Amino acid sequence: MKGDRKYIVLFLFPAAAIMTIFLYYPFFKSLYLSFYRTSGFFDKKFVGWANYERLVTDKLLGAATLHTLEIMLYVIVFQVGIALVLAVLVDNIAKFKGFYRTVFFFPVVISGTAISLLFVLFYNYNFGLLNNLLANFNIEKILWLDAKNALKAVSIPTVWHYVGFYFILFLTAMAKIPADYYEAAKLEGITGIKKTTMLTIPLIMSDIKVVITLAITGTLKIFEFIWVITSGQNGTEVLGTYMYKKAMVDQNFGYGSAVAIYMVVFGVVLALIANRLLKRDEITY
Amino acid sequence: MEPTIVVEHKTQRVRKSRFSLGTTLMYVILTAWSLTTIYPLFWIVNNSFKVSRDVMNNSFGIAWDPVLINYQNAFDRINIGRSYINSLVMSFSTVFLVLLLGGLAAYVLSRFNFRGKKTIFSILYATLLIPAFATVVPVYELLIKTSLVNTYWGLIFPQTAGNLTFATLVIAGYMATIPKELEEAAFMDGCNRWQMFVKIFVPISQPVFASASIFVFMWAYNDLFSALIFVNKENVRPIVALLNEISSQYGTDFGLMATAVSLTVIPVLIVYLFISKYIQKGLTEGAVKG
Repeated sequence: MKGDRKYIVLFLFPAAAIMTIFLYYPFFKSLYLSFYRTSGFFDKKFVGWANYERLVTDKLLGAATLHTLEIMLYVIVFQVGIALVLAVLVDNIAKFKGFYRTVFFFPVVISGTAISLLFVLFYNYNFGLLNNLLANFNIEKILWLDAKNALKAVSIPTVWHYVGFYFILFLTAMAKIPADYYEAAKLEGITGIKKTTMLTIPLIMSDIKVVITLAITGTLKIFEFIWVITSGQNGTEVLGTYMYKKAMVDQNFGYGSAVAIYMVVFGVVLALIANRLLKRDEITY
Repeated sequence: MEPTIVVEHKTQRVRKSRFSLGTTLMYVILTAWSLTTIYPLFWIVNNSFKVSRDVMNNSFGIAWDPVLINYQNAFDRINIGRSYINSLVMSFSTVFLVLLLGGLAAYVLSRFNFRGKKTIFSILYATLLIPAFATVVPVYELLIKTSLVNTYWGLIFPQTAGNLTFATLVIAGYMATIPKELEEAAFMDGCNRWQMFVKIFVPISQPVFASASIFVFMWAYNDLFSALIFVNKENVRPIVALLNEISSQYGTDFGLMATAVSLTVIPVLIVYLFISKYIQKGLTEGAVKG
C-alpha cells in the first residue's frame, strides 16, 4: 500500500525503543560488565576472562547448577507428566470437563510468592500443617526444610504451580485432533489406553516438545519459591537466587553479570539439546 | 422428536455402564488432583479468620467464629492496602503499554511486507531467551541514573520491555489469520493504516488481546524478582514484595501470614473465574505455540 513505509516505522518504533532501552542495551551491558571487576556503579576495572575463570572454580555455582538441574528433572517428569495424564483423562470423560479445567488452573494464577508463603506454613516444624497431620497419627515431627529434604520440599510447590498451565496446553492440542482419526481407530478396535499411547500422544508430540522446552527455560528462571521458603539455604540454592545474591546483595555487578550470562548460555544449550533429542516431524491435519 | 431423544439417552447409558470401572477411576484421579488445588486455598482462607494461636494448634478446624484481627493488622500495621494499589497501578499500566505497543508492532509484522521482516522475527524469538537476570544490573543502574528507581515507572518500563516479545508474537500470530478481503474492503472505504488498525484489527483480535492481557497481568503482578530490586520502598512496593517482607519480618505471626496470602490470592481468583473462558480460548487459538 502507498505510504506504508511511514506506518511501518511509526508503528514499530515505540516497541523497538522501549525494548532497546530496557532489554537489548542492558543485555549487552551485562555482557560488557561481565569482563569487569566492579565496586558500585562507578568504579570498575577490566579484568578480561577473570570472572569467567572464577565461574569454573566456583563450587557454590556448581552446586546451584546441580540443584537447578535436579528441580528441572522433577519439573519435566512430574509437572509435564502429571499435566499430560490429567489432560488425557479430561479428554476422555464426558462430564465436569469445564470444572476440572477451571480448578486445575487455580495455582497458575496465584503468585509464586503467595504459594511459597503458603508452603512456609505447611512446612513449619512446630505448627505447620504437615507436622500437625503427622501428630494426628502419632508420628514424630519431621524437619521438612533440613539439608536432606529441603530441595525436594521446594520442588513440590514449584511443580504444583504450573501443572495447570501445561495441562491446558495439552488439552488444547488434543482438541485439535480431528474426530475421524478416533473413529478410524475405533473401527480398528483401538480403544482405551492403546488409543492414548498409539494415537493421542504421537499426534501431540510437537506440543509435548514445546512444553518441555518451556519447562526447561522456565525452571532456569525459578526464584521466588526458593527465596521465600529457604532463601537458598540447606542445599536449595539455584542459579536465580545465586545470581541475585552475587549481584544485588553483595553488589558485585561484574561477577553477578557473568553468572547471568552463564545462565543464558546454559539455557540456550539445554533448549537446543532438548530440541535435538525430541526431534520430530510436524504433523499437520 | 421425543422418542429419538429417549433412544439417544439409552445408548449413552449402556456405553457408560460398560466402562464404569475405568471411568470411575478417572474421576477419582481427577477429583483427587482438584482437591490439591482447592483445599490449600480453603485452608489458608479459613485460617486467616483465626488468631495465630489457633492457626498453630488447630489449623484444620473450621473457623466458626471468624475473627477479623488479622485483617485489621494487615491493613493497619503492614498497610497492605497501599501495596494493593501499587500492584494494580503498575500491573495495569504494564498491560496497557504492552497491548498498545505490542499490538501496533504485531499489526506491522503480520500484515505488511517489507525487507527485514524475517530478521525481526528471528530477533524476537531469540529475545525470548533473555531472562530478567541478564538485564537486571544495567537496568537498575539506568533507573538510578534517571531517578526512576522506586517509582511506578521503575517497574512499568522494565516489565513492559520484558513482556513485549511474548505479546507481539502471540498477537501477530493471531492477526496473520485474519482474511485479506477485510483489509481490502476497508481500504476501498478509504481507511488509512491507523484507522484499519483501530477499526478492524483490534476489534477482530479481541480474544488474543484478552488472553495476552491476562498473561501479562499475571506475570507483572507476580514478578517478585524485579519488584525486590526496582521498587522495594514502602510507598511503591507491590504486594509480592510485601509478602516477601512479611515472611521475613512477621514469620511467626501465622494468622497475619494467612491473611496476607488470602488477600493476595482471592481477588485474582475471583477475576480469574470471570474470565477463565478467555484464557482457554486465547490458548486455543494456537497462540502459545511458538
